[in-house]
Amino acid sequence: MILTLAFRNLFHDRIRLAVTLVGILFSIVLVAIQLGMYLGSSKMITAMIEKSNSDLWITTFGAKSFEEGGILLTSRERHQALATPGVKAVIPLVVAFAEWRKPGGGSTRVVLVGTDAEDGALEPWALVAGDWEDIKSPDAISADDTYFRELGIEGLNDTAQIANGRVKVKALTHRIRSFTQSPYVFTTLTRARNLLGADSDKATFYLVQLEPGANAEAVRQELTARIDGAEVLTKAEFRDRSLRQWLFRTGAGLALIGGALLGIMVGTVIVAQTLYSSTKDHLNEFATLRALGSSSGYIYRVILAQAGLSAVIGYLLGILISLGILYLSRNTPLPLVMTPGLAASLFGLTLFMSAISAISAIIKVTKIDPAMVFNR
Amino acid sequence: MTSPVLECENVVKELGKGAGMVVALKGVDLALVQGELTLLMGPSGSGKTTLLSILGCILTPTSGTVRIGGITTNGLKPEELASLRRKHIGFIFQSYNLFPTLTALENVRIALDVIGRKGYPAAQRAEEVLREVGLGGRLQNYPANLSGGEQQRVAVARAIASSPSIVLADEPTAALDGENGHAVMALLARIAKEQNRSVLAVTHDPRTLGYADRVVRIEDGKIVGEERRPQGLDAPEITDLTKRRKAHA
Repeated sequence: MILTLAFRNLFHDRIRLAVTLVGILFSIVLVAIQLGMYLGSSKMITAMIEKSNSDLWITTFGAKSFEEGGILLTSRERHQALATPGVKAVIPLVVAFAEWRKPGGGSTRVVLVGTDAEDGALEPWALVAGDWEDIKSPDAISADDTYFRELGIEGLNDTAQIANGRVKVKALTHRIRSFTQSPYVFTTLTRARNLLGADSDKATFYLVQLEPGANAEAVRQELTARIDGAEVLTKAEFRDRSLRQWLFRTGAGLALIGGALLGIMVGTVIVAQTLYSSTKDHLNEFATLRALGSSSGYIYRVILAQAGLSAVIGYLLGILISLGILYLSRNTPLPLVMTPGLAASLFGLTLFMSAISAISAIIKVTKIDPAMVFNR
Repeated sequence: MTSPVLECENVVKELGKGAGMVVALKGVDLALVQGELTLLMGPSGSGKTTLLSILGCILTPTSGTVRIGGITTNGLKPEELASLRRKHIGFIFQSYNLFPTLTALENVRIALDVIGRKGYPAAQRAEEVLREVGLGGRLQNYPANLSGGEQQRVAVARAIASSPSIVLADEPTAALDGENGHAVMALLARIAKEQNRSVLAVTHDPRTLGYADRVVRIEDGKIVGEERRPQGLDAPEITDLTKRRKAHA
């Protein structure tokens, strides 16, 4: 009967129910979008690191992120690393921002990634046209098809200029997005060095692959001791550092989390207000229940059931709208991400928000005087 | 002599504070026994409803003692008083106090739910008492679709559903026309007699006198008179109602 009463109380006033649901829905959608952007951003920031086949990353000291490593490591560090027990391979990678001159005039910034896919550390993925052999051909690069407009190109075989060198689009990737909004462009290691004017022994990162059974932490300590002026990070450490750099040092992540918190607060206030006013309207009924001998707990359960029902209905509507927005965002520069974990967390958050919202109503009911049943 | 199921001794109730304080009850003694319909009559402001609230453990007395089923209520916490109400008392209110969003059947079921009786047996019991009060054909009606008399009969069904030993009614006929008022009083008289409950009805409606076994008069917070009335269940209206109920069933 608790659920029946809660359900009837909710649906008795459809307008108030609509306001409650809009409050929850607004909150869910806002939080889902903000956290979806956060997850989407995180995914973009860490994609290159996650896709790499490496156990450890050697970076210049203080490298803040994948895009900001500089091209400062030399073959000396590579040889020192190769001489370390437990190390199977040390694969150089060149990464740097570079100016892209569009064929039709104007320029933009790209992130040039120089890699030798044969080494098996990092290679362009999600190729929808061309392959690594095409990228190895003279002047060749790969570009992402979602950035055609920014790059001023229309497809394969279009030409442009990176820094001082002419390049030709010989392969296309699909939806490899960049958090910095500077598109990733893949090419060979040597060509990247040439385009960027870097010496032939220079690299931004060395990706370290370990011998089977080697202790990663022990190797890391040994590498740190051997290599001066460079840092040795695990994949997870480098991923976290990149996230910190782009999401927190730039304030972008804080803005997203702030937006999510705002959504939670607005939703909580709206639900609390409507729940409180509903309780106030039904105060005589709660007093009657009290006069009939119900415990306080019974009445609290009715209010919490009302809050819970609102939460479930509001969540279902909110998550449906959020999924729609997610779908629409899939081809934008910042696609939103929804994971089962986030969906479950949002449900938990909605229940929590509704339970918090019920507090004011419960306080109101706590002060109820059953004698009011005689005053009507 | 049957021992009282509900009694109060020297009950005093002060309402308000300071200069605005009013002494609503000034040392009231009253005992209710099973099988009797007692009317508590008196003018407005005489303390009838305050006494009913105290006897029903809704208000606590400023001084004096209330005993329900042998348990003294003095010093009990609100939750303990609620528990006493659940076990011993059924309430009928002047304005019925039905839940507008619940059907007649659900209004009775919720009183059973409160005392922990749930599921099919509770639904069966609710239906049974509604048939008893002549509403077998109105189980799924919402209060808005019931007449005043029918609503009060739902309230009576709700009060007796958990088989309490005491039924307290506050002005049960005040909002009803003559016929419905008589019907409800007849029902209360039958509940007292046939189900051996103690029924106390607060009223100032002289139409109700014919149904009472006992009439207690209260004025200015004090019991000023008490009379026993022999007719009880023999009142003609009761017979009429019983016939009507049987015909409906």
